[in-house]
Amino acid sequence: MDPQRRIVLTAALLSLGLAAGAIAQAQPRVIKVSARRFVFTPSRIEVRRGEAVVFELTTEDIFMGFNLPDFNVRADIVPGKAVRVPLTPDKAGTFTFLCDVFCGEGHETMNGTLVVT
Amino acid sequence: MTIDRRKFLQLAALGGGAVFASSLPGCAAMGGPAASAGADDFYFVQLSDSHWGFEGPKVNPDARGTLPKAIAAVNALAEPPDFVVFTGDLTHTTDNPVERRKRLSEFRDIASRLTVKAVRFMPGEHDASLDHGKAFSEFFGPTHYTFDHKGVHFIALDNVSDPAARIGEDQLAWLAADLAAQPRDARIVVLTHRPLFDLAPQWDWATRDGAQALELLAAHPNVVVFYGHIHQENHHMTGHIAHHSAKSLMFPLPAPLSQPRREPLPWDASQPYRGLGWREVEAQDRGGKFSLDEHPVGRA
Repeated sequence: MDPQRRIVLTAALLSLGLAAGAIAQAQPRVIKVSARRFVFTPSRIEVRRGEAVVFELTTEDIFMGFNLPDFNVRADIVPGKAVRVPLTPDKAGTFTFLCDVFCGEGHETMNGTLVVT
Repeated sequence: MTIDRRKFLQLAALGGGAVFASSLPGCAAMGGPAASAGADDFYFVQLSDSHWGFEGPKVNPDARGTLPKAIAAVNALAEPPDFVVFTGDLTHTTDNPVERRKRLSEFRDIASRLTVKAVRFMPGEHDASLDHGKAFSEFFGPTHYTFDHKGVHFIALDNVSDPAARIGEDQLAWLAADLAAQPRDARIVVLTHRPLFDLAPQWDWATRDGAQALELLAAHPNVVVFYGHIHQENHHMTGHIAHHSAKSLMFPLPAPLSQPRREPLPWDASQPYRGLGWREVEAQDRGGKFSLDEHPVGRA
């Protein structure tokens, strides 16, 4: 191959790769969180400060709530429907998320931890 | 012979009794300038969070004895209160509707030992959130209501029958209509279970639409809120409204967000019943103040 053509092709591929990377960066990371009486799975979630994420929330049994009070994030979780909640944490630390819809005998222990590094 | 109630309290305090006075926002210290007796002075007793049916010897090895002890202590007061109010979580939650009713029935039988003239009941989320207050209402009637007593307007607000901890639009409209019928300077006492403000949402110590209720109440300058739910005393102001939570009659909980998890504090055999208790609330005619007298649960 003509060396000049090779350089042009390489540059084109590189720019394509960079563009794809930029697109990938712009897409928030989707974190699936499943609720069932009386646990969240996962119950510990790690994200980076400034990282855009989306919690995709589902329930395996009954109507639940997802509440992350320190970031003013909450949603109802209705059976049969995934609900998406965005978050870009602006502070580091360890934060509690909890079910805030009273769901039974173990409701008061239904919580998890968000670790922002 | 009838002993003047204030004199009795002072004597009890001098004698090392269980009574002490709290000097708090919205309240007057016992014996202070506002304490001169007025014609319509009265007091009531607040009992809360008895969680009948709870089992956990490491938390309360006398789970079936604590509530009866408190009731016996109320019955033994030298001067009976005008009424007693239970501010929710009468029973500990159960997924079983039959068991829920059994616990409510047992609780009602025990509460019936109170010899006071009137007893008011309110639900907590443990009583009401799994069936929208149905079982509670079968035993104790409406989950929200008002009553007037010696110049004070009492409003019992239900923030637990909705499992999502909302008062709800209908009840807020009912509250707005009730408040609109009161003089602006009416003495208003709100009784509820959950805090109406965001005390610790991370521990579910909040009411989802509590701010709307507080906005309605804010138009009235003389409002005090008494609630339960958090199993400890907490005194907080939102604007001019004082909020006072009560101790539990089953297990104490840690101070808000003082530890990673909201878990009952373990029983301390060297200090049995520590952190459990009930209170007297004295409404003073003159000055419109309220005095709180906190009582521990005794061994007897």
